[in-house]
Amino acid sequence: MTDNRFVNRSELIGILLLAVFLVVILPLCLDVFRLNLVAKYLTYAFVALGLVICWGYGGILSLGQGVFFGLGGYCMAMFLKLEASSVENTKIQSTPGIPDFMDWNQITSLPLFWKPFHSLSFTIAAVILVPGIFALIIGAAMFKRRVGGTYFAIITQAVAAILTILIVGQQGYTGGINGMTDLRTLKGWDIRPDHAKIVLYFFEVGCLFVCIFIAQFIRHSKLGRILVAMRDKEDRVRFSGYSVANFKIFAFCVAAIFAAIGGAMFALNVGFMSPSFVGIVPSIEMVIYTAVGGRLSILGAVYGTLLVNFAKTSLSESFPELWLFGLGGLFIAVVLAFPNGLAGIWGDYVHPRIDRLINSSKPKSGDGWTDSSVADGAPAE
Amino acid sequence: MLIGHKPKEFLLAVEALTVSFDGFKAVNDLSFYVEENEIRVIIGPNGAGKTTVLDLICGKTKATSGSIQFHGQELTKLKENQIVQAGVGRKFQTPSIYDDLTVFENLEISFPRGRTVFGALTFTRDTIVRDRVHEVAEMIFLKDRLNMSAELLSHGQKQWLEIGMLLIQDPELLMLDEPVAGMSVSERVKTAELLNRIIKDRSVLVIEHDMKFVEDIAHKVTVLHQGQILSEGTMDHVKNDPKVIEVYLGH
Repeated sequence: MTDNRFVNRSELIGILLLAVFLVVILPLCLDVFRLNLVAKYLTYAFVALGLVICWGYGGILSLGQGVFFGLGGYCMAMFLKLEASSVENTKIQSTPGIPDFMDWNQITSLPLFWKPFHSLSFTIAAVILVPGIFALIIGAAMFKRRVGGTYFAIITQAVAAILTILIVGQQGYTGGINGMTDLRTLKGWDIRPDHAKIVLYFFEVGCLFVCIFIAQFIRHSKLGRILVAMRDKEDRVRFSGYSVANFKIFAFCVAAIFAAIGGAMFALNVGFMSPSFVGIVPSIEMVIYTAVGGRLSILGAVYGTLLVNFAKTSLSESFPELWLFGLGGLFIAVVLAFPNGLAGIWGDYVHPRIDRLINSSKPKSGDGWTDSSVADGAPAE
Repeated sequence: MLIGHKPKEFLLAVEALTVSFDGFKAVNDLSFYVEENEIRVIIGPNGAGKTTVLDLICGKTKATSGSIQFHGQELTKLKENQIVQAGVGRKFQTPSIYDDLTVFENLEISFPRGRTVFGALTFTRDTIVRDRVHEVAEMIFLKDRLNMSAELLSHGQKQWLEIGMLLIQDPELLMLDEPVAGMSVSERVKTAELLNRIIKDRSVLVIEHDMKFVEDIAHKVTVLHQGQILSEGTMDHVKNDPKVIEVYLGH
């Protein structure tokens, strides 16, 4: 039967397995340094998750998710930077109490748009709302005019390039190419020592699961099915009485907000934010994570992100020049050979075999078994 | 004209409708009227502008000039989804269904509820929806295929599914673009039967080439030629019109 609940049985098992992997196995097996690396990788999983909704389901390819990752990250970093720039920490500056890079750039008072970032609640709201509203504006401008497909992808790339140039150019306000470094405390709680890293890791995993459940909910709602329908026959959806543009804007905003949460987690876990996570190259890498994981699979996006990043870390340590070629090759190979990524390989090859193994190890109970009932995990009795 | 005579209310009034694509007038100063519960068939040679007329009514193509009134409401100013919500349903020439969804989900999406973003998020599949989907599925001969992926249906079944998707919208004006094209003989018979059942209580605008089929269902026929009306009236009238025989039926 067609199911209307937002998590079905096999998905729930998948989510539990991922939870065990992230909450129990990784923290037990890895030292704090490696666990912090995983935390860094997982910040991209938020972006990949958003891309599953936006690109996988909605068919809207955004090559500018770094923009939203960056906006979320910078909002968080601004709060942390202000806290690290208290008057006593910065008394050697010519203007104490403002971030160090402002002082170096001969800025003598805190710019107006920085001031609200003294408040943590404002910052949390800004992490969600700034990228959300920005995505709403871009989405409305593009989708209401029926700009889609490749043109939309190119425009998002342009936005990523523009934002990078803006951040680098406005050094006094943004920290320029170096970004915002030396982030120290969150409400007086030091985020740098090992135990803080562990707490932040678990906090991040918790947020990731909240996002996974939101994504599951969207996917299993009628909106999720409309996104799939739109990807297939946009006109039919339009002539069934839906405003296609509004649904595209929604999917794009959800992806932007997920990316922004990832960015904010990045600032917290990694302790800095810089324009090198905003531009075109990181944005394309984020799409590759989703493609490798399987663009239709919510959990696949998380595994894809982890896998590509593990590969990146280990390969770029040994062959720094070759890594980019490897990444490009991986993307082409996945798209050509496994269009549904890891999730597709799992669904097409691994899962049926496991089923067969379980099936053959169980004694056959007469005629009651059919292939389909076993595949659904629902025996006839 | 009698003084005080109230003009008759038409469901659809197309007046002086013109659309030009780079100077080529695909539809040129076209006027026609469709009454409530009328079945109107548009025929004409290829390139006569038949599909363009449907595109104009449903908002897919914007008119260069002229007006389309539906229940006295000007459609040329509305967006596509608003036209649908006003009560106009459109079936496309090639079956336009969602291959990646099941037959049930295809029909469910067309159910006229939860059409806003928020509405779609909070939409629940209650008994009203289920019953309506089952009812329509039975009508379009797909009752036992509800959980099948729509991609696996035959061409004729896809056409029926799209007709079903329109039925579930319950439009007052139903526009069908060549509903029996590419169907087998037995599918044609079933489709005629289906159409005869669904055209009750609504007006229908059909484009069709199959003359036998047109004779079966049409109340009135409009013959288009080069974007203009060549002839209009009952099938008998149109069939015997020398102009029509010359440009269309004679071939």
